Amino acid sequence: MAIEVRVPTILRTYTGGEKAVQTSGGTLAEAIDALEADHTGLRDRLLDDGQVRKFINVYVNDEDVRFSGGMQTPLSDGDTVVILPAVAGG
Amino acid sequence: MLTIDEATRDAIVAHARRDHPDEACGVVAGAEGSDLPTRFVPMLNAAMSPTFYEFDSSDLLQLYKDMDARDEEPVIVYHSHTATEAYPSRTDISYANEPGAHYVLVSTRETGPADGPYELRSFRIVDGEVTEEEIDVVEAYTQ
Repeated sequence: MAIEVRVPTILRTYTGGEKAVQTSGGTLAEAIDALEADHTGLRDRLLDDGQVRKFINVYVNDEDVRFSGGMQTPLSDGDTVVILPAVAGG
Repeated sequence: MLTIDEATRDAIVAHARRDHPDEACGVVAGAEGSDLPTRFVPMLNAAMSPTFYEFDSSDLLQLYKDMDARDEEPVIVYHSHTATEAYPSRTDISYANEPGAHYVLVSTRETGPADGPYELRSFRIVDGEVTEEEIDVVEAYTQ
């Protein structure tokens, strides 16, 4: 099952410079585990205590997963996951 | 060094004045690898706050999709400080996630929404390190 993951510039050190990588999994949690297997260290940059870090946004098919089931958001073949760091400050 | 044309600089300052006393924020996109800020994209400050700014989550996604479709990148990420100097705060530094971008700060603390003197400075923020850089304001880009 192929899931495309779009990786932001700041995390491309984990993907050999690639903007997009393929992964698999039936939920976002599984997909991130699979991603970690190929790109060690990436999970830690995305998750804190098993949840998406506060200032990282993860979208599944354009929907922010904070509003669509979090780590249990279901994925199916052909879905796209977009990772974007929040743009924020004080 | 940041190279910026007058029109873009003026647009950033005008946005900062318009949103004063809240912080204004946005991006100036440019062709990937060009380092030239050409497409001014003012963003809504979803925090609507005088001390914090944040792009709305769905606006952020749309912005990056638009840039992707145009082979652009965020050349400038700008925001205003409305009561303090135009220097990155600790919060700004901790959230800075675009190592290739010029972080432009405008301070409207002197004149608020009115015309008059303002402070506009540009920084690189990489791995928590802030480096100020010169700004070269040009009438138009030659390239």
